[in-house]
Amino acid sequence: MKVEAKILIGLGVFFGLMCLVYWNWSLENAGGVMMFAAMLLCFLPGGYYYWWSRRMKARPEDDPNATQAGGAGVVGAFPGTSIWPFTLGMGSFFVVLALVFGIWFLVPGLGLVIWAMLGGTAEGRRGGKV
Amino acid sequence: MTDLLKPPVHVEDHGHEEHHGPTGILKWITTTDHKVIGLSYTITAVIMLVIGGMFAEIIRAQLATPNGTLVSLAQYNELFTMHGSVMIYLFAGPFAFGALANIIVPIQIGAPDMAFPRLNALSYWLYLTGAITMLSGFFVTGGAANFGWVAYAPLSNSLNTPGAGADLWIGGLLLTGFSAIFTGVNLCATIFYLRAPGMTMFRMPIFTWNMLVTSILILLAFPVLTAGLIMLYADRHFGTHIFSVAGGGVPVLWQHLFWFWGHPEVYILALPFFGMVTEIIPVFSRKPVFGYKGMIFATLSIAALSLGVWAHHMFTTGVVLLPFFSIMSLLIAVPTGIKIFNWIGTMWRGEVWFSTAMLMSLGFLFTFLIGGLTGIYLASPPLDFFTHDTYFVVAHFHSVVMALVLAGMGGLFYWGPKITGYLLNERLGKAQFWFLFIGTQAFTFPLYILGLQGMPRRMAIYPHDPQWKGLNDLSTVGAVLIGISTIIFVINVVVSWKKYPAGDNPWDGHTLEWFTTSPPPHHNFYRLLQIRSERPTWDYNHPGHRALAHGQHEAHEENDSEVPAS
Repeated sequence: MKVEAKILIGLGVFFGLMCLVYWNWSLENAGGVMMFAAMLLCFLPGGYYYWWSRRMKARPEDDPNATQAGGAGVVGAFPGTSIWPFTLGMGSFFVVLALVFGIWFLVPGLGLVIWAMLGGTAEGRRGGKV
Repeated sequence: MTDLLKPPVHVEDHGHEEHHGPTGILKWITTTDHKVIGLSYTITAVIMLVIGGMFAEIIRAQLATPNGTLVSLAQYNELFTMHGSVMIYLFAGPFAFGALANIIVPIQIGAPDMAFPRLNALSYWLYLTGAITMLSGFFVTGGAANFGWVAYAPLSNSLNTPGAGADLWIGGLLLTGFSAIFTGVNLCATIFYLRAPGMTMFRMPIFTWNMLVTSILILLAFPVLTAGLIMLYADRHFGTHIFSVAGGGVPVLWQHLFWFWGHPEVYILALPFFGMVTEIIPVFSRKPVFGYKGMIFATLSIAALSLGVWAHHMFTTGVVLLPFFSIMSLLIAVPTGIKIFNWIGTMWRGEVWFSTAMLMSLGFLFTFLIGGLTGIYLASPPLDFFTHDTYFVVAHFHSVVMALVLAGMGGLFYWGPKITGYLLNERLGKAQFWFLFIGTQAFTFPLYILGLQGMPRRMAIYPHDPQWKGLNDLSTVGAVLIGISTIIFVINVVVSWKKYPAGDNPWDGHTLEWFTTSPPPHHNFYRLLQIRSERPTWDYNHPGHRALAHGQHEAHEENDSEVPAS
């Protein structure tokens, strides 16, 4: 966790310094704002990892001497199959087509998106089809 | 000694050895298995490569004569726009981080799947529908988008580019953009949270490292493009004037937004392919990679610097800070040079095996070196002013992307046996390499000269000049050779179909994917081994020549022997 935190915070510091130099030198706002946002985007997860890295013991994947047995336990839920990503993808496809061919495409588009969100959430609560 | 132990993976409700899911098209539609999704990405991306390549062949056929009439001027605009769009948005990126990374990264770190399998499946469907959306522009009135793959404002507004083709381009790009962002989130979470015990960050294979850095870049850059596309759509349809001078907007703002995504995108495309050759070269040189940590820090440096170089694409607008972007662009050559030095260092005094994958990697090295060096010229504003919007720039980035195609083909030959369980024919592979390599050089070198002589890019016709015609002819011959190489590859896939069983580790590979079966089982591993270096499989297969991880000493050997087999 510490290495992950260092990478993100390090990148954030670099973007911050670059932003400072660029914005002061160029007085151009678009690039300055984007670099500032890039800095924040690195600090946010980087800070989270740093916070936790100081409060938890090293995970098996952070321990160079870890054994495979040391990582035993539930890793997570990995559904074998699910129809909802496909449904959500098709719904998004129709929503985008509505931008081009007319608002009526939103009917099947949003219908599929809402159906997929409800179905996917219910599937998640059941633990998924594994 | 390295111990073999039972797998650490415990998946809720079922073991991973047996998986009874749907078959056929239902399997394709409902799968959340990263390998199946990755294979879907691979097939779709290769189809996109063929489509984009066909556009390129038509473009080169049109330019074989000064006043070519193969296509109309309007069709030519559509062709070069869609060639660039298909190759950048629909082939190179998705092939790298959707296809090979999707399949290989979880296996390289000992994970059972991607962290968010359903999100992974959604990424593929967004990519596929985005590709269909973008390409469907050819079937609507007015044709496909024709404003270049960069869609500069005000050329891309509704007055200058009316019609559904441009909107389909924007919509397709929105879908594929979200697909990339979701894949970036998934790869980051997978690498941060699903590594096997002992697989510390500094034991991860370089390909996985490069994919992590690529994913971070995706998350930093792609939202900017998405925001820019929404603004562009609003300008086209909702009467906003974000990029139009008439309403108080700033056209060059589009260029800032586009290139703030666009230049990191170059590295989003390149870093995965750097990772591929960094896996291939050590294996076929029979050596560990030279400068493992140097490679990682070079990758991180490239990522950091890549966010500060976007406006070197905008030098000739006259409104950007030339020294800043010039310095940053020149600086990025340093970590890239370190990588080239390390690749050569890895081969130095190695037992080099010139397999097809290795030849492709060497072809990548040569071609990328040329593309990289000419990029340094373009980082210098006076030289850029001279060559901007000429064929010199076209030659430069085609050297770079053709190097990536070479690396990608190397990746297919290297990991193909792991994914399918079967080897490709090496003789046909080598024939493909020579056609591809020679074709690439014959295609790009004349373009450098044409550019220096002032031939502008994106022109369907050009003046009668014997020298320009000769150079264009040579470039067209190169494009034909590249086309032949693609045909040889397709023939190879057909000829080799389930013919040459690969075994689990045909190359004596170093990393964890070569420890599992070919193809890997559902959830990837029947068993895992102790990880004590960045080359766990090699350690296991060569116990007498075990390579220790950086900073690790013999004392850890004892720890291994103390591990009880569970």
